[in-house]
Amino acid sequence: MEIHRLEKIWIAVSLVFIVGLVASIVYGVAGMGVGTVGDTGQQLDPNALEETRFADPGGHWASDDHYVVTVVARQFLFQPGSQEPVMVPANTTVTLYVTSPDVVHGFDVVGTHLNAMVIPGQVTKLTTEFDEPKSYGIVCHEYCGAGHQSMAGQLVVVPADELPRNESGAAGNTSGANATSESATASADASPAVAPPEVSA
Amino acid sequence: MTYVDDFPGEARVVRTAFAVAFASIGLGGALGVLQALFRTGYSRSLFSAVDYYSVLTAHGVLMALVFTTFFIVGLFAWGVTRSLDTGFRDLRFTWGWLALMTLGTLLAFVSILGGIVGFIPTHAAVLYTFYAPLEASPTFYLGLALLVVGSWGAGVDYVLTLRDWRADNPDERIPLQTFMAVSTMLLWFVCTLGVAVEVVVFLLPWSLGLIPRVDPLLTRTLFWYFGHAVVYFWLLPAYFVWYTIFPKLSGGRLFSDPLARVVFVLFLVLSTPVGVHHQYGDPGLSQGLKFVQMTSTYFILLPSLLTAFTVVASMEHGARQRGGEGRFGWLRALPWENPSFSGIALAGLAFAASGFGGMVNAGLNVNALVHNTMWVPGHFHLTVGTAVALTFMAITYWLLPQLTGKRLRLRTLAAVQPYLWFVGMVFMSNAMHRIGLAGVPRRTSEPQYEQVIFNTPIASIGELHLQTVGGAFLLFASLLCFLAVVGSTWLGERGAKPLAVNGHIPSALSGPEHSPRVLDDFRVWVALTVLLLLIAYGPPLAAMVQNGLFAPGSAPIPA
Repeated sequence: MEIHRLEKIWIAVSLVFIVGLVASIVYGVAGMGVGTVGDTGQQLDPNALEETRFADPGGHWASDDHYVVTVVARQFLFQPGSQEPVMVPANTTVTLYVTSPDVVHGFDVVGTHLNAMVIPGQVTKLTTEFDEPKSYGIVCHEYCGAGHQSMAGQLVVVPADELPRNESGAAGNTSGANATSESATASADASPAVAPPEVSA
Repeated sequence: MTYVDDFPGEARVVRTAFAVAFASIGLGGALGVLQALFRTGYSRSLFSAVDYYSVLTAHGVLMALVFTTFFIVGLFAWGVTRSLDTGFRDLRFTWGWLALMTLGTLLAFVSILGGIVGFIPTHAAVLYTFYAPLEASPTFYLGLALLVVGSWGAGVDYVLTLRDWRADNPDERIPLQTFMAVSTMLLWFVCTLGVAVEVVVFLLPWSLGLIPRVDPLLTRTLFWYFGHAVVYFWLLPAYFVWYTIFPKLSGGRLFSDPLARVVFVLFLVLSTPVGVHHQYGDPGLSQGLKFVQMTSTYFILLPSLLTAFTVVASMEHGARQRGGEGRFGWLRALPWENPSFSGIALAGLAFAASGFGGMVNAGLNVNALVHNTMWVPGHFHLTVGTAVALTFMAITYWLLPQLTGKRLRLRTLAAVQPYLWFVGMVFMSNAMHRIGLAGVPRRTSEPQYEQVIFNTPIASIGELHLQTVGGAFLLFASLLCFLAVVGSTWLGERGAKPLAVNGHIPSALSGPEHSPRVLDDFRVWVALTVLLLLIAYGPPLAAMVQNGLFAPGSAPIPA
């Protein structure tokens, strides 16, 4: 098969370019530690969240330097997130677990790389660390029904010492069955006023 | 002799398919303008924020599924019969699949309309991705299934026609147009299998109450098994035009027939095991699987980069045949006043730009910057909305006279139309990309939130909204020009003036005799495709059905 000389060069350059693209992503994942949502291996019955860690969603310290928040995304709000903000500590490893009891939702913390889908029956796990206290908006970016356009919330990063520890101290229990929501309620005073979203019919 | 004289029956089939396609793009385009006005907040009086989702569903289904599929089956019906120089076996079969597709389209469209119009007892505000557990009326799923099954009939028709031709011409190479049409339809058979299983095995019986629950992740994965390959089903017919007709419009000949075949084979083999790149943000799928499919996604850039070379090389060859000179001076020798030429050239330019956007989308982690933001519709309005749609409109100016025996009318309007589309899309798509980079979500009727601030580096969201709406109006004006030219030509008198075009296609500079014959053996390529699919999709699908086909399961939630 005859291939023109210029075309051979073009093919070679294209292949180098493609390998370069893959390499840049490998560097991002392996070198900089920026991956995406994976498989937690956890599945649950979306009709029976009360039997899971999502029974009482909210944040708690899993260990001295690891904060865990469970969030339920449902038509048409984030719990916590919409009626009270998701509170997380600065300069600490934060893991968010998100699921849905009804339809597919999106979970996008605007201005960060926390951007994932929430699928009934599955658990979305996001791990990150925030450098400094700041407030971020959360939007549901997957169409989820008639009130989709009102589904939003806030994530507020506060200094780590503002989030109370459990009485028993760091439990180190990352599987976090039935996490308490005391941290979210305790810090509600410090949070900016957040209006509950309007749910249109 | 023109096509309509040689194959009057087939010409009628193509015209009918095109008529449905043009009605869809007209209606879908009008809905698009209304959406742009609603989202940006310029006008929200015509329908409610809830009805917006029915309007959006109709826009997506009409443009991306109906317009494309009908135009493609028509274009290929022309290409196969023209290049094999033989009619279809039995036109009753041909009309049968076209009728099935049309019936399916009507069912789906009326189901969507029921969401807005009170007296139709259906609902289908599920958008064109119809993710469970949001549920549409059974008629919506049935309509989509009929549309797909009808299109399978088209593929069968082409393959049977090719088989008959091969029996009569055992030693000849398959003509390039038929080769391209058949490889595209094979890709279509392979990829629609996923959505067919999703709809027929799961969603339709579930919406009828025959099964109580479906697994949202499984059905979604089946959708995306189809959902990215479908873009190649849209794109390859545009490539068919770029490779086989565009060189002639430039004044020359195709650069290389063998490489054109290689490109189509690469698409057939690679285009389905990439669908997971739409699910980077999904839980329940491993990062390893996502990485593997990202790699095949980047490798599918190769056939498109090869195409870019061939298209530009064929253009330059044509320009030099027309007396063009100099390193870039030859560009001036091209027939920019011919809308068939300019439309395709601009479509190619838009595709080059959107290719770079696609590389961003395909990056496993970079994707998080843009996933489900306005960037994404910005991207596919450049790809399917311009590279594909503008090519289809442009080639209509060349094809319609041959299908009707009527010379093109309103030629000035036709000459302006592609430029209008291109400029409109540059404004709209650019604004959409930038709004998306600020984090504004797609698929939302009112993307204004009390709790969320979107930061744009340059220009405010308000300015970008103005560009979006301005672009949308230019696009709609361009669409009206196109429909006026088509309508006026169609209503003209046959044989009143001699046609300015003919269907002769010059042979390639490097012909098929320079390529190995194995390229024409589709059995090899289909076997390889299936093998790659088993590797790419076998393990994740097996893992998903391990704990039951319907678990974890969700009951329907009507949208």
